[in-house]
Amino acid sequence: MESYETHEHDVLVIGAGGAGLRATVEAAVQGVSVGVVCKSLLGKAHTVMAEGGVAAAMANVDEADCWQTHFKDTMAGGKMLNNWRMAQLHAQQSPERVYELERWGALFDRTADGKILQRAFGGHTHNRLAHVGDRTGLELIRTMQDRVVQQGVPVYMECTITHLLKDGDRVSGAVGYWRDTGRFVVFKAKAIVLATGGVGKSFKVTSNSWEYTSDGIGMAFKSGAELIDMEFLQFHPTGMVWPPGVKGLLVTEAVRGEGGLLRNNKGERFMEKYDPKRMELSTRDLVARSIYTEVKEGRGSEHGGVFLDVSHLPAETVIKKLPSMYHQFKDLADVDITKGPMEVGPTTHYMMGGVRVDADTGQTTVPGLFAAGEVGGGMHGANRLGGNSLSDLLVFGKLTGEAAAQFAKKSSKLRVREEDIKAGIEEMLAPLARTSGPSPYEIHEKLQELMQSYVGIMRTEQDLKHAIEQLQTLKQEAQRVRVTGSRMYNPGWHLAYDLKTMLNTSEAIARCALQRTESRGAHTRLDHPATSPEWGKVNSTVNQDGDGMRVGTSPLPQMPEELRQLFEEPVAAAKK
Amino acid sequence: MATTEAAPPRIATTRARREHPPGLGVTWRRDNWWLQPLAVFLGLSAFGVYSTWAALQGVYYSCSTAQQGLNLTCNYLSPFYSPLLGEWWGLSPAVFILWMPLGFRATCYYYRKAYYRAFFLDPPACNVGEAREHSYCGENAMPLKLQNIHRYFLYLAILVLAFLWKDAYEGFLFRSDSGEMAFGVGIGTIVLLANCVFLSFYTLGCHSLRHLIGGRLDSFHGGSCATRHQCWKGVTKLNEHHQLWAWVSLVVVGFTDFYVRMVAMGVFNDLRLF
Amino acid sequence: MSEVVVRVSQGTADQNEERRYQVPVTPGMVVLDAIHYIQAHFAPDLAVRWNCKAAKCGSCSAEVNGKPSLMCKSRLDDFQPGEEIVVYPLRSFPRIKDLVTNVSWNYEVNKKIVPFTPRKNAQWKMYQEDMDRVQEFRKCIECFLCQNVCHVLRNHEKYEQFGGPRFFVRLAGLEMHPLDGADRLPYVKDEAGIGYCNITKCCTEVCPESIHITDNAIIPLKERVVDRYYDPLTKLFRIFSGNNK
Repeated sequence: MESYETHEHDVLVIGAGGAGLRATVEAAVQGVSVGVVCKSLLGKAHTVMAEGGVAAAMANVDEADCWQTHFKDTMAGGKMLNNWRMAQLHAQQSPERVYELERWGALFDRTADGKILQRAFGGHTHNRLAHVGDRTGLELIRTMQDRVVQQGVPVYMECTITHLLKDGDRVSGAVGYWRDTGRFVVFKAKAIVLATGGVGKSFKVTSNSWEYTSDGIGMAFKSGAELIDMEFLQFHPTGMVWPPGVKGLLVTEAVRGEGGLLRNNKGERFMEKYDPKRMELSTRDLVARSIYTEVKEGRGSEHGGVFLDVSHLPAETVIKKLPSMYHQFKDLADVDITKGPMEVGPTTHYMMGGVRVDADTGQTTVPGLFAAGEVGGGMHGANRLGGNSLSDLLVFGKLTGEAAAQFAKKSSKLRVREEDIKAGIEEMLAPLARTSGPSPYEIHEKLQELMQSYVGIMRTEQDLKHAIEQLQTLKQEAQRVRVTGSRMYNPGWHLAYDLKTMLNTSEAIARCALQRTESRGAHTRLDHPATSPEWGKVNSTVNQDGDGMRVGTSPLPQMPEELRQLFEEPVAAAKK
Repeated sequence: MATTEAAPPRIATTRARREHPPGLGVTWRRDNWWLQPLAVFLGLSAFGVYSTWAALQGVYYSCSTAQQGLNLTCNYLSPFYSPLLGEWWGLSPAVFILWMPLGFRATCYYYRKAYYRAFFLDPPACNVGEAREHSYCGENAMPLKLQNIHRYFLYLAILVLAFLWKDAYEGFLFRSDSGEMAFGVGIGTIVLLANCVFLSFYTLGCHSLRHLIGGRLDSFHGGSCATRHQCWKGVTKLNEHHQLWAWVSLVVVGFTDFYVRMVAMGVFNDLRLF
Repeated sequence: MSEVVVRVSQGTADQNEERRYQVPVTPGMVVLDAIHYIQAHFAPDLAVRWNCKAAKCGSCSAEVNGKPSLMCKSRLDDFQPGEEIVVYPLRSFPRIKDLVTNVSWNYEVNKKIVPFTPRKNAQWKMYQEDMDRVQEFRKCIECFLCQNVCHVLRNHEKYEQFGGPRFFVRLAGLEMHPLDGADRLPYVKDEAGIGYCNITKCCTEVCPESIHITDNAIIPLKERVVDRYYDPLTKLFRIFSGNNK
C-alpha cells in the first residue's frame, strides 16, 4: 500500500483565503493547535481578486448608517431568503472586524478627518464599503497572512485535500496529496473548518480562479452534510467580454460605485428602464439580467456586452481610485478607460448557496465539520450584495474559528480508519493506472460548455433537464479518465479528481434550479418569471442518498419580532 | 505541534539543486542588452576625459580675461572653476572645486547604478551573467561603504550651486570700456542660466535630499510635517526624473565650460542678444 | 488562424528539455493561454502555477524570452511576427517541475520580519497623504520576479545574507507606517543586508505592479540606515536631543 505522512492538529483549516485565514487566526488565539492547508502558495487565494471593498456600517461617511440598515439591505438584496441570524451577526460585527484588521496593519483609504473611507456600492443604502483603491482583497489577505505567520501556525502549501475522514458520525481527519510530489498526506483533527470557496470553474465564463472547483461543498456532501440553496449562483454583471483570453475576468463594481455609467449600443443609459431609482447601483442580479436582456434584444456591443464608461470622470480620479482596472484594460484589452468605454457582460461569480451551517458557530450538519465563507450557505439568500462577501469572510471566519477551537477543546482523541484512508488513496490513483480513457481536460471543457449554456443566467425546465441528463453521461466518462505522466506536479492528475467534485456540485446546482419553479434573486426561470410567495418560505436542500442525491426543501428560519419590525418602520427610529 | 512520519523537507535548502550561475555576458535575453551599458560607458568616459583636461588647463576659464573687439566685456566664469579660489601652489583653481560636484555625482544613487553596470559589469544588465568567482560585498565594505556619505556631498554641491547662481547673475552684467557695469544678455548668459537650472533640477532631485526634507518622517500629517510633505512632494517630482536631469545637467555643465573656454580663447565671440 | 511556436522548458531539478509546440493564436492571447492550450492538447502533465490570470495574484512568474514576466500579462501580439516564444521557469530558484520552482526561501525570509506593531496609545487616525506613500508597497503581489532578477541572489547567491527586493518593499511599508512603533533598522542593515544592494534597479524594471522598489523602498531605507549608523551629525543630534534609539 502507498505510504503517507501524518500530521495532527486540534483544528484543521482547509483553505487559506479570507475566511480560512480569519478562522485560523481565531482558532490560534484560542490556544489550540491549528494547521492550515491550501492548494496554492500562501497569499494567492481567490480573495486577492476581491476589489471593491468590505461592507461594514461604520458610518464614517454617512452618519445615518447603522447595522439595522445594513441588515435590511442585505435581506432585501437576498430577497428575504437569507438566514436572518447570519445577516444580523454579519451586520452587527463587520465594523469591528474591519477595525481589527487596521490594528493588524491594514491600510484602508481615508476620509479627510483620518477615518476609514467608505464608498457607495450596489444595493447599499449608504456609502458603506471600506476599501483600498480596487485591491481590497489583497490588503485583507496580506494582513491576515502576516498575522498567521506571526502566530507561527504551520501552513501546508500546495496541498490538496480530497477526502474527509470520520469517526462514527463525527469528522476526524482528512486525506490529501502534496501537489509537488504527488505523495499522500493524512491530517488528524478534532475539528475541521472548510474555507474552500465556490464553484466557478464549472462554468466557461467565470471570474473565478482554477481553485474554485467546489472541493469543500463536494467533501461536505460526501460526508453527509446538507447543502442548501445551490440554485443561487451569482452572475456578476460586469466581466470583461473581449479579448477571448480574458473573457469573464472581473470588472469591479467599484467602477459603478465611483460613478461609471452603463450604456447600450444606442448610447442609452438602459438601467433607467429596469431600476430608475438606483440605476447602475442596483443589485447585481438585476443589473446582470438587464445587461443580458439588452444584448439579447440586439442593443449590445460588438463582442456581446454593453458599455461601461468612466471617461467622463477626471482621468486622475480613475487612475487613483481604480488603478488595477485601468491597468487591466490597458494591458489586456488595449483600452484606455479614462478615454473610452469598457465592454462588459455577465460572468459567473459567487455561490450564495453551499453547506448548511449554524449561524452562530458555522458548524455544518456533521459534528466537528465547520464551514466559513463562500463554501457556506444561507448568509446571502438569493443574491449577494457587493462588499458583503469580504465582510462575510471576516465575521464568519472569526466565529467559526472560535467555535471550532472550542469544539476541539471539548473533544477527546478521535480515530481515523485505515480502510477509509486506503479507499481515498486508491480512488486517487485509479486514473494513473488506466491505459485508455478520455482526457480530463476534454470532459472539463464539456462540463463548462454545458453549465454555461444550460444552467446559466436564464433557465428553463427543458434546459435544466437536458443538463442533468448530460451530467450523468459526463459523470460516467469521468469514471474512465486516464492520466498520463508521473504524480509530480501533474495538473492533469489534479484535474481528474477535481472534475468528479465539480460534476457532483453541478448536478446539485441543476437539480435545485429545476426544483425551484419561480424567479428570485440570481435564479431566473424563463418558464416561471414570477416570484412566488410560497417558494419564499423555503430553502432548497440537497442530501446524499446512497450514491445519488436527494433534493428537497426546508422551512426558512423565522425572524424574531424585533427584526421583523425593522421592515415596517423607518430605520432612523430603530437606530439606538 | 505536528507529528510527522517520513515527511519530506518542505523548504528548499536554498540552492542545492539550482544550476550554477551563468558566466559573464551569458543571458537568455534576445534584445541588444549591451547597448545601454555601452552608451553609458562612452558617455561617462567622454565627460571624464574632457572634464579632467579642462580642469587641468588652469587658463581660459573666464571670458572677462580675454574679450576682444567689443566695447562691452562679458563676465562669464566656467562652472568647473567656480567659486574661483586662485592658483595656489601652481595648481589649476578647478582642482579645489571640482571634487565637490564630482563627489556628489560619484555617490549619487543614479550614477551608482550607471557605473556599477557599465564599468563594474556588476551586473552588466538585468538578467545577464557576471564574471564567475568574484567576491561581492555590495556597498558593505570600503571603499564603497563611503557611498553612505552621499548627503555630505549634497551639502557641498548645494554650496557650489549657490556660487553658480551668483555667476549666472553676474552673467547678466557687462563691463563697458569705461569700467561701468551694464545689464545685458548674451548667448553665454543663457548658457550659464540654463546650466544653473539643470544643475538645480538634478541637485534638488537628490534621493538624500528627498529623505532629509521629509522622507525620514513616518507621518506627513499636520504642522511642520505638512510643510515638509509639500517639499517632499516637490523633491519627489524632480527625483522621478533624476536620471534624465543627471544626464542633461552633465552635458550642459560640460558645454558651459566649453562655451566659456571658446569665448575666452577667442575661437568665437559671444553674441550679444540685447 | 495564425500560429505561434512556443518552446517550453520541461523537466525536473536536474534535467531540462526544451519542447516545441505549435499553438493557434486568438486575439488578445497571452503566454499563459498558450501554456494552457499545450496542457489541454499536447502535454496534460505540464506543470505551471497560476491562479487569477489577471495579474493580481503573482503566481505565473516565468522567464519569457529571457525576460522575467507574468505569463498572464505577456501578450503574444507584443512579440515579433514569427518570433519563437521560449518559456523558462524562474532561474534563481530550484525547479520542482517544468515551470514550477521552489520559492519557499522567500517565505522563510518573510517569517523573520517583525510584523506591524502599533505604537503605544495609538489614536487610529491615519491620513491619506501617509497612505499614498505606504499603499504603494502594499500593492506587491509576491510574484518574486524582483527576487529572481536581483543579481545579489541570482549571481552572487547571497541567500543567507540578503533579503531581496520583495522584503525591502515589505520592510519599507512597515517602517513608514504612520502608527508603527517597532524598530527594524538593525534587521534591515545586518540581517536583510541592505548594503548588498547596489541599486542597479533591475527589480524596479521587472515589477508587474510598477512599484518603484529602488527609489521608494530601498533607497529610503538605505537613507534611514545612514541616519542611524553612518551620519555623524544625526548621531550627535540624537545624543543631544536625548533620543538615542
